[in-house]
Amino acid sequence: MAEFLSLHDAVARYVDDGATVAMEGFTHLIPFAAGHEVVRQKKRDLTLIRMTPDLIYDQLIGAGCAKKVIFSWGGNPGVGSLHRLRDAVEKGWPHKIEILEHSHAAMACAFEAGAAGLPLAVLRGYVGSELPNVNDQIKFIECPFTGERLAAVPSVRPDVSIVHAQKADRKGNVLVEGIVGVQKEAVLAARHSIVTVEEIVDDLTTQPDYHPNTCIIPGWAISAVVVAVKGAYPSYTHGYYDRDNRFYKEWDVIARDRDTFTAWLDANVYNASSSAEGDA
Amino acid sequence: MTDYTSGEMMTVTAARALENGMTCFVGIGLPSEAANLARLTHAPDVVLIYESGTLQTKPEVLPLSIGDGELCESALTTVAVPEMFRYWLQGGKVNVGFLGTAQIDRFANLNTTLIGDYHDPKVRLPGGGGAPEIATNAGEVFITLKHSKRAFVKDVDFVTTLGFGRDGKGRDGVPNIGKGPTRVITDLCVMKPDPETKELTVVSLHPGVSRDDVIEATGWDIRFAKQLESTAMPEAHELDILRELKARTDRKHAGA
Repeated sequence: MAEFLSLHDAVARYVDDGATVAMEGFTHLIPFAAGHEVVRQKKRDLTLIRMTPDLIYDQLIGAGCAKKVIFSWGGNPGVGSLHRLRDAVEKGWPHKIEILEHSHAAMACAFEAGAAGLPLAVLRGYVGSELPNVNDQIKFIECPFTGERLAAVPSVRPDVSIVHAQKADRKGNVLVEGIVGVQKEAVLAARHSIVTVEEIVDDLTTQPDYHPNTCIIPGWAISAVVVAVKGAYPSYTHGYYDRDNRFYKEWDVIARDRDTFTAWLDANVYNASSSAEGDA
Repeated sequence: MTDYTSGEMMTVTAARALENGMTCFVGIGLPSEAANLARLTHAPDVVLIYESGTLQTKPEVLPLSIGDGELCESALTTVAVPEMFRYWLQGGKVNVGFLGTAQIDRFANLNTTLIGDYHDPKVRLPGGGGAPEIATNAGEVFITLKHSKRAFVKDVDFVTTLGFGRDGKGRDGVPNIGKGPTRVITDLCVMKPDPETKELTVVSLHPGVSRDDVIEATGWDIRFAKQLESTAMPEAHELDILRELKARTDRKHAGA
């Protein structure tokens, strides 16, 4: 049953040094407030999983939280590079990180397999790609029925998954809508899960926009629910606020330089409290 | 005689490659611009799918990112990302994958991973994203990018995404695989793979472009088709619609 916790307490309880963490959200609903709290609590040696590392992992990598990053597309969407990711990979700053890269199809399948409790995902993938040469977690198996050669990757089973969503009700049930990415899969694949939300309502099933196929993650499948107003900013929450495309462009300048980045992190993360990040 | 830029020539030519009724899995950037121009001109019923799960989307402005809210709000429906890749792409529902790239070689292999050695990269690029499976599971693949010696290399540093493999035979005998790249559209010309060797060959030069211009901008000894065509110029209405689309897009993103 989901417990209602503060952002500080949820991160302190469920994100341990050395943990495998998936903070998901496909361009939409990226849990930035929670990511900043992980930075503030100086968590170290994390294995960070995300299809698109985006600015959130660029910040965690630059802040020194990451040991390893597992991803499938590591750019600044619509803008260019993730400079902190690149600086870590190309120059080892602030320290060397290990990377393991997949394709989107494989990672999406791996999250789904994790939610399904399977050890691996099977897909018709990586044909002719050289990614299997540099990622030993990509194997090929033979279909026992047709003999077709198919790709296999281990399922994603994080210690903790963190996602953001529109709203929760008093029982901790969570509504997620719009571009739903792998949000539900990430929560169900993980041992523990933290869901940050824009607001709490009394009962999701009596909301005017509720319908039988509404995407709801039941409260009993979630470890902690946290209110974080604008918790996905500068990404967006469908129905609440838009993506701040201008900030995504500005990030290119901020993150390009180590000192500018460090100053930004000091001003906007270390010296901001978790309550300033919308934690209620 | 209408004035237009080489970039507009590229987008209009890429848009014309899409036919009405096709289902197209769209990459962000130039492919997205071309695919939406097609939808707003000769192919109103082209079905556009983006990897964020937005199915049959009709954005009013071009998305900055693959997951812009605009794509979801204007879609027929939005599905989860695993469903998008498993049912819609791998399930064989996509006719055309429309891709961009950082590097492409003579066998149309694409590199979006890195320049240099994998373990000591000179430049780290974003990585594969959806492309490796789009290129093999879509019925065929269109590629569009600007022509330059840096982009058009004899052999890519890394095959992120299969064209026809390093020897041109990468798809031979592979079951359940699409035709692969059938055309590459640049700001100078249109290329198609040779039916036998699969090496990219120029089939059409854009107006005002010479063979030497293409040779200069290509990192291998580029071949030209025996019957070299001249690409049709953009029509005034195509340019009007493209310019309106880009102006709308700029206004929206500047105000965001």
